Order: sequence, then structure tokens, then C-alpha cells
Amino acid sequence: MTQLALVIDLNVCVGCHACVTSCKEWNTSGSAGPLCDENPYGQDPTGTFFNRVQTFEIGTYPNSETLHFPKSCLHCEDPPCVPVCPTGASYKRKQDGIVLVDYDKCIGCKYCTWACPYGAREIDEKAKVMKKCTLCVDRIYDMSMPEADRKPSCVKACPTSARLFGDIHDPESAVSLAIREEGGYALMPEWGTQPANHYLPRRKMKMKIHMDELERADNPLKVDGHLPKPAKGASSMDDASAW
Amino acid sequence: MKPAFSVIFLTTLIGAAQGLFLALFTHQSYALFGLLPMQSDDFYGYGTAIAMVFLGGGLFAAVFHLGKPIYMVTRAWRGMTQWRTSWLSRELIALPAFMGIVFLYGVSHLAGFRPVLLTLPSGQPIDLSFVLGVVGTLLAFTLFVCTAMIYACLRFLREWYSPLTVINYILMGGSSGFILAAFYAASAAPDQADFFAGWAIIITVLAFAGRAASLVRNARLKPKSTMQTAIGVKHPTIVQRSMGAMGGTFNTREFFHGKSLVFMRVIKPTFLVMAFVLPLALLALGLFSPALLGVAFVIQYIGLMVERWFFFAQANHPQNLYYQTIG
Repeated sequence: MTQLALVIDLNVCVGCHACVTSCKEWNTSGSAGPLCDENPYGQDPTGTFFNRVQTFEIGTYPNSETLHFPKSCLHCEDPPCVPVCPTGASYKRKQDGIVLVDYDKCIGCKYCTWACPYGAREIDEKAKVMKKCTLCVDRIYDMSMPEADRKPSCVKACPTSARLFGDIHDPESAVSLAIREEGGYALMPEWGTQPANHYLPRRKMKMKIHMDELERADNPLKVDGHLPKPAKGASSMDDASAW
Repeated sequence: MKPAFSVIFLTTLIGAAQGLFLALFTHQSYALFGLLPMQSDDFYGYGTAIAMVFLGGGLFAAVFHLGKPIYMVTRAWRGMTQWRTSWLSRELIALPAFMGIVFLYGVSHLAGFRPVLLTLPSGQPIDLSFVLGVVGTLLAFTLFVCTAMIYACLRFLREWYSPLTVINYILMGGSSGFILAAFYAASAAPDQADFFAGWAIIITVLAFAGRAASLVRNARLKPKSTMQTAIGVKHPTIVQRSMGAMGGTFNTREFFHGKSLVFMRVIKPTFLVMAFVLPLALLALGLFSPALLGVAFVIQYIGLMVERWFFFAQANHPQNLYYQTIG
């Protein structure tokens, strides 16, 4: 079985929103029709997006740090939004695990959004059907594109390579390796939805430096400054600094 | 959650209709066994017609819950296909099925077409209207369960995820319908009004107890999802600084009721008084002054709409953790 997913490295995400804009650009231009916006240049612009970058402050200033947190559909392995759909418009693909909405079957009752704890689905206020991340299903299988481009738009756009894309059921894939070795975790595990998308935590890069690494004990050329002169008769470590 | 008026109207209107039908058929069943005087076909027939009006109103309200009303014609039939997994789909089957049986039940009375299908060993004739009534009763309860399970099956919305949700939908719909039946009987068969009013009092007291129990339960709920599990960071202090949108999103419009804490505090006693306390008092008085039964129904209906508003507003969706700060 294949389960395509994104792995998002919070350690390198800089919150630039490039994934948001590239997602919107790709998905509003496709054959499935536009993702509508209301008041795009007005006072309260709002619209349908598949992907949002949110920002959280962790801790209390000055001991705080900023976390940029991209959020899109997690393509749960046990998606609670799918069984509640009365029309069968919401479905999970068997062949690759992508959760999709058939816009021609959706009646816009919004029941699936109630059943999603992550707020991953947004209704299109003009088409009046539910929309959500497709993992760029119209892109990743497009054989007319060079192979390097057959990735979700957000992954291609990320300037820091914070977004990895692949099959999390393949233990040798880059995403599986990242989840395994970099401490990948799922959101809200308490609901048992088994999100396919994973997040890599913020990791502090720490280096331990000992005092003798800052100043060499043995300093023949005095490049690190002069050592205190030992008293007469005292033993010294090198002959040059001794009397 | 943001209460949708289409669903508030739908659930309260069909609840009253289901209760009214159950009340009428309860009376017919009592009468069959000689516990009450059998009423004319017109009594049951026109009472059922009132139930049909309420059901029609509910169906009309439901149209506005769809993305576009035209979906009722073009796509709503698909809503009946996923009954294996979706309670909403089951409701979409149960509602027209119930409406159909109620319609036939009314027609069988009004047209006087009640052929006896079998006779009980004790001598009671089981006619067509009685068989339709039994089927309708089963469907009325099926519809109550489907409607309530739409909410009670969502495990993330813990205010709803309880058997009390189902019990209360049945009891509140029953209370509403029996009060309506009492009011109807007060004009159509005055000597039978006390039977309906008596049951209405019992069901309203039970509904009051059930709703109070769910309020107590909900007041004690502790959220399962926290900021920590939502973004996966183990730190006691996490504050959202930006939700990634400046003008609000679907997520800020659909899941927040937008009313103040004071408003929520006021609305709770309001619906408890209007849906339960006042109707009970008016029902007791209505035993002597039938006109008050109509007042009881109207006040309770408004109270139940307020109750339904509160039911939706009180549910706190875990997705709200991601949408706390515009920016």
C-alpha cells in the first residue's frame, strides 16, 4: 500500500508563505476551477486556501521562540471526514491514500468540516462545494512534466526545503527516514485519525565546548595570548615560558 | 460552532411533527384496546395533516442547508447512497420515508380507507391505518435517532458525543409534539385534551431532566485537545500570533458563534424557562383553560429554537485551537 504524505520540518520553516501562494496559484488555475476569493483587494480579504502558515509564540518573552506552522489536509489514514459524507463526494483513494472531494457530487452541507478536528477543509463560497488539499494530484502523476516537477506545488516552492513529499509506507523513502530519524510526529494523536502528514520538531543544535578548547594548554607560539609567568622554580608546561 | 438557522428550523419542526404523529397514534392505540374512546377518522386525519405541514416546513428549511438550493434537485439524491457509514445519509432516507408513511396514514384516515388486515385473538381489528401507524412509529424513532446521531457520532465535539444527545432529541421532540397534540385536541376533541396534556407533562419533565443532565455533563468536560497536541510542542505557554489570514476564513466563520460569554450565560436559563418551565406551568393550567395549550406550544417552540441554538453554539470544535488570532 502507498500512502503519499508531506513531512514538514518545523526546524527549517521560516514562515515565508511561499507554499501558501504557490499552492493557491497552482490550484486556482487548474481544470477543477478557481479557488474563489472575496474582496481580494478590499478591507477584509478572504478566500479558499488549501494551505495556511500560522505563527505561534512558545514561552514568555524574553525566553520565547517563534514557530511557523504550515497546516494543510493531513490525509489521515483513518480520515473521520470521509465516512460522514452523505453523498460519497469525500473519499480516500486506495492506490495512494490521498483524501479527495469530488466537486460534482458535493452538496456543500459542510458536515465533513465538523468531522475534521484539524480545520483542514474550507468551503468555496462561490462554487458552494467543499475544497481541500489534493496533494496536487493533477501534478504528481502528470507525465508531461519533467520528473523533478512531479511534486506538490508547495514542496517545489519551499525555499528552505522544509517540505518533503513521499510515500510514508515505504520504509526506505526519504519521508519515512525523516520521520524515523528526526522524530517526526502527528498532530492531535488523541483522536486516532493517524494523520499521514508528519511534522519534524524544532531541534536545538548544541555544541559542548570545554575551557581547554578555548585556550590551548600548550601554547608555543603565544598566538592565544601570553600565559601567566610561573614563579621562579615553579614547574612549567613548556620550556619557552620558563625562566 | 456557528448555529445554522436552517438546521435549527429543520430539527425543531420535524421534532414537533414526529411528536405529534406519535401522540396521535398513541391515542389510536389506546382507543384500539378500549382504554380511550375511539375518535373519528377526521380527528386523526387532520392531526396528521398538521404533522405533514410541520414536516414540509422542516424539509423546506433543509433546502437552505445545502450549498445551493438547486442541489436539492441535482445532487441531494446522492445523499441517500452512503447510509452504510453516514448518519446524515441515513437521516436523508428516514425523513422522506417517515413523511411518506405519515402521508399514507393521514390519507387512510381521511379517505376512510381502513380495510381490516387481521384480527387479534382478543378481538381487536387491526386495520390498514394501524399497520401504517406502527411503521410510522418505528420510522419516527429511527428519524429521531438518525438526526441526533449526526451530532452524537462526532467524537471531537465532546459536548455532543453522548447518549444524552439522542435521548434529548427524542424527549424534546416528543414534548413539543404532545403539547401540539393537546392543543389540537382541545379544539378538535376537547374531552381528549387531558390525555395528551398529561403525557405532555410527563415527557416535558423527562426532557427537562435529560437536558439538565447534558448541561451538567458539558460543564464538567475537559478539552482533550490542547495547544500542545495541536501543534505538537510540549510547552505550557503557547500563544498564537497569526492564523495566516487577515480577513477571516471559513474556519473562523463556521466554528465560532461570535457571541459574548454574558450572552451565553443569559441564553441558557432563557431556554430552560421557555422550553421546559413555562410550558409545564401552562400545561398544568391548560388542564382547566385549553387556550393556554396553544400558548404553551408557541412559547416552547421558541424555547426549543433557542435550545437548539445553544446546543450548536456550546460545542467547541478542536479546530478552534488553530484559529485564535487574526493576523
